[in-house]
Amino acid sequence: MLSKLVRGVALTSMFSLLAGCNLVVIDPSGDIASQQADLIIVSTILMLLIIVPVMALTVFFAWKYRQGNKDAEYDPEWHHSTKLEVVIWSAPLVIIIALGAITWVTTHTLDPYRPLDRIDAERPLPKDHEPMVIEVVSLDWKWLFLYPEQGIATVNELAAPVDTPIQFKITSSGIMNSFFIPALAGQIYSMAGMETKLHAVINEEGVFDGFSGNYSGEGFSHMRFKFHGLSQDGFDAWVDNVKADENLLGRSQYLELEKPSIKEPVRYFSSVDPELYNAILNMCVDQSKMCMNEMMHIDENGGGGLAGINNVMSLTYDVPQMRGSQQLPESKSYVATLCTAPEGGLAGELANLPLFDNEQVSRAMSVAPSGVSTGF
Amino acid sequence: MFSNPDLLHFIFGRLSLDSFPFLHDPIILVTLLGVVVGGIAVVGGISYFRLWGYLWREWITSIDHKKIGIMYIILAIIMLLRGFADALMMRAQQAIAFNGAEGFLPPHHYDQIFTAHGVIMIFFVAMPLVTGLMNFVVPLQIGARDVAFPFLNNFSFWMTTCGAALIMASLFVGEFAMTGWLAYPPLSDIVYSPGVGVDYYIWALQIAGVGTLLSGVNLIVTIVKMRAPGMSMMKMPVFTWTSLCTNILIVAAFPVLTAVLVLLGLDRYADTNFFTNDLGGNAMMYINLIWIWGHPEVYILILPAFGVFSEVVSTFCRKRLFGYSSMVYATVVITILSYIVWLHHFFTMGSGASVNAFFGITTMIISIPTGAKVFNWLFTMYKGRISFDVPMLWTIGFMLTFVIGGMTGVMLAVPPADFVLHNSLFLIAHFHNVIIGGVVFGMFAGIVYWFPKAFGFKLDEFWGKMSFWLWTIGFYFAFMPLYVLGLMGVTRRMSQFDDPSLQIWFIIAAFGALLIAGGIGSFIMSIVVAVIKRDKLRDETGDPWGGRTLEWSTSSPPPAYNFAFTPVVHELDAWDDMKKRGFVRPTSGFLDIHMPKNTGAGFILAAISLVLGFALVWHIWWLVAASFIVLIVGAIAHTFNYDRDYHIPASEVVATEEERTALLAKQQA
Repeated sequence: MLSKLVRGVALTSMFSLLAGCNLVVIDPSGDIASQQADLIIVSTILMLLIIVPVMALTVFFAWKYRQGNKDAEYDPEWHHSTKLEVVIWSAPLVIIIALGAITWVTTHTLDPYRPLDRIDAERPLPKDHEPMVIEVVSLDWKWLFLYPEQGIATVNELAAPVDTPIQFKITSSGIMNSFFIPALAGQIYSMAGMETKLHAVINEEGVFDGFSGNYSGEGFSHMRFKFHGLSQDGFDAWVDNVKADENLLGRSQYLELEKPSIKEPVRYFSSVDPELYNAILNMCVDQSKMCMNEMMHIDENGGGGLAGINNVMSLTYDVPQMRGSQQLPESKSYVATLCTAPEGGLAGELANLPLFDNEQVSRAMSVAPSGVSTGF
Repeated sequence: MFSNPDLLHFIFGRLSLDSFPFLHDPIILVTLLGVVVGGIAVVGGISYFRLWGYLWREWITSIDHKKIGIMYIILAIIMLLRGFADALMMRAQQAIAFNGAEGFLPPHHYDQIFTAHGVIMIFFVAMPLVTGLMNFVVPLQIGARDVAFPFLNNFSFWMTTCGAALIMASLFVGEFAMTGWLAYPPLSDIVYSPGVGVDYYIWALQIAGVGTLLSGVNLIVTIVKMRAPGMSMMKMPVFTWTSLCTNILIVAAFPVLTAVLVLLGLDRYADTNFFTNDLGGNAMMYINLIWIWGHPEVYILILPAFGVFSEVVSTFCRKRLFGYSSMVYATVVITILSYIVWLHHFFTMGSGASVNAFFGITTMIISIPTGAKVFNWLFTMYKGRISFDVPMLWTIGFMLTFVIGGMTGVMLAVPPADFVLHNSLFLIAHFHNVIIGGVVFGMFAGIVYWFPKAFGFKLDEFWGKMSFWLWTIGFYFAFMPLYVLGLMGVTRRMSQFDDPSLQIWFIIAAFGALLIAGGIGSFIMSIVVAVIKRDKLRDETGDPWGGRTLEWSTSSPPPAYNFAFTPVVHELDAWDDMKKRGFVRPTSGFLDIHMPKNTGAGFILAAISLVLGFALVWHIWWLVAASFIVLIVGAIAHTFNYDRDYHIPASEVVATEEERTALLAKQQA
């Protein structure tokens, strides 16, 4: 009696606690996250079909065949039954076939790289819609958001109009993080020199939590931001507000911003160097560094040959100096000049070099052994 | 002379007065004082009772698989106290660090604690428990007198212990890694973690890894080559089967860990660029490689626990195990499948949908043989006569708890669901659910079950049951709130929180951790009380539970040679079969028994490895060179030691066996 009462009180208090908290993963505000939540619920129900009977039978058998119960049948030699074996292998198999099919389909439809085909269950999108692009950079330990269409950037604050498909392009300045707004959509890693993508849409106005889902060092606990789901008017007003102060984000400002800091306040940049995101992605904001895509282009064409051995400094990105500590030792670099601040961007300069605009040469290089590239 | 910084640097490497954190951190200072006082007490006690010679001859240099097994488990229990202290500190920190309060652990300390907790619990608690139990039980279960390579066994144990010692050293000298237990680059690269923490991590795992790998080789050969006559593969006890599969996994998986840590070490020591952001390195390779080891590792831990439950459930239901052959096939299928699921640890790294779906579905498929195993235990209970001794309680607790962990595991295997659950406290709750509910419960069941075999008396039942209930209830209090927090979108490894509505859940979780502390205390009490009451709890039959497998046919504790005559096996559950056929224990015709001889070489080589590891961590290059040369020379010199075996004379065997005959006769009278 007493134990029942205690249990009753415990259960009700559990439920009232659950009711009081915000299970954002189960009850999100974006269409992608909603579908992911549905998937959690469907897979739970499918598995409960098998788990509940197992738990009930465990308790029932333990009670019924207890040593003290001499009425229960005892058969110490009963250890095999083909029929039962078939059932115990096929019951989980059936569940997994069902869940596997659901998994295959939803993994493709909810692939973060896949452009959206609907705003929500009722409103499909045309095939050729253009999503709003937001570029996301995880820095130590803050988030930088670049809006190429609006020409603005923010730190630790993100906003988007409701019912507008968004394409996030995500990269990192150094350490791996994970870009995650539970109310909006699932997370995806941000990694230096690489770009991951996430497509999502927010369906309700409101302020939601965003953060890094992947531990990244000392300031990780405070690597959080607010995501504002706004009406179109609200979003326009927000953009105007960001643009209100004259505040430029160029290469030098970025290099300053990139230095490790904790609990960085929200910051607005009214204009942004349009090349900045590509430079961040290719790890060449510091113009003495060779861009990743250019290095890949050289490699694709057979590499820099022996001369490339000395080409170390311009490929060393994570130097302690940038972390605000040690001095970088002097080292010689033969191709540093190739990558120093040309007018009109590096790609343009590279294309002007005879080596790279000549298709024949590059074809020759791609089949030639290393050492051919006398151009360096 | 000591004012010369170059000379100081040459002698001490990176080591300096600043390297001792207890000089400025009170938590570490108190811990150090505790360790020093405790250490002096232990050393003083051993000296007072003149036990050094006994310890050296009978334990440290012992190549007896039973003693090595027991030492592994002692190591695990000691390290459990350290790992659990870390857990309590994390729970306390997360319960109080709200509303701008910073708690008592700054990130610099907190990040080391959660890293150490993970590394210690997996490598130096779960692994030694599993290896220790296999070491003790497997040779007895297959009717062998020792493992295939007894010296190697001793060496393996001491390498594991020295790995643990290196981690413990990091508590007082320098710092530990602040990277999480798998040390993902680029965070673990030299640029982002310039301190000694990651180096401690690398060398502790490399030293312990040698031990684990060699012990894996050893047990495979033992099981394949040294079974008693008549014991075909399909007559092996299930625990031996799961041990075989586990050791195959160890031998196939641990070299991957060794290789990936070598590469990370080269990045840190030799300026290579395997995993850096610079010069074409790629951290994604590390993440793939470490999980190609890491996922089989999960099954390395859980399979022996499955074996323990299989033994326990049939013994305490007084019934043959239901579906032996499907149990064996399920184990083999899990062994193979465990190699093709590793990518489910990073669905969120940006693989394509087809790749993610493939690894998600292979992961789900593992739940089919696992489910079949649960059903087999369930139907072993059906039509049984179940006695609820402590090992059986752990088994039922496992069956009820593990299925919940299995369910949440399959949820995490659905990639789109994983996108919202990955790295959250839901994930933490899931893997503690399967590791505590599976591995830890299994190891406790095994320890309570085989303790009377090892020492000749049972563990105290009252404290054993207390331990079970406190652990089980504590587990639910500690980890169910984490499932809820995960669904509230709370991520792992945070040391401070903004949202005050989360706090109540962390307080409940901290309460659960306190209950588990009571569970650990009760377990230790059950040993202490049993030692005090050992005469009352003594078992002289060698078969206190009505066992079914060969280890119960010999005396408790078994003699050094295990079996005076090698048993002949006709049936599965060989000892049960012998009892039914009216087996009469032979009392004459004993011969000399050929046995391996103790050696201190394993201990000495491992100790030199520890010095080498410490020197590598601190860049003390002269000591690196010296200890490396001594290590190689010592290992070669040991191969010239031909004095490796001896014979137990028949007269001694007769005396031992007659003593047992008398005891058994007294029992029957």
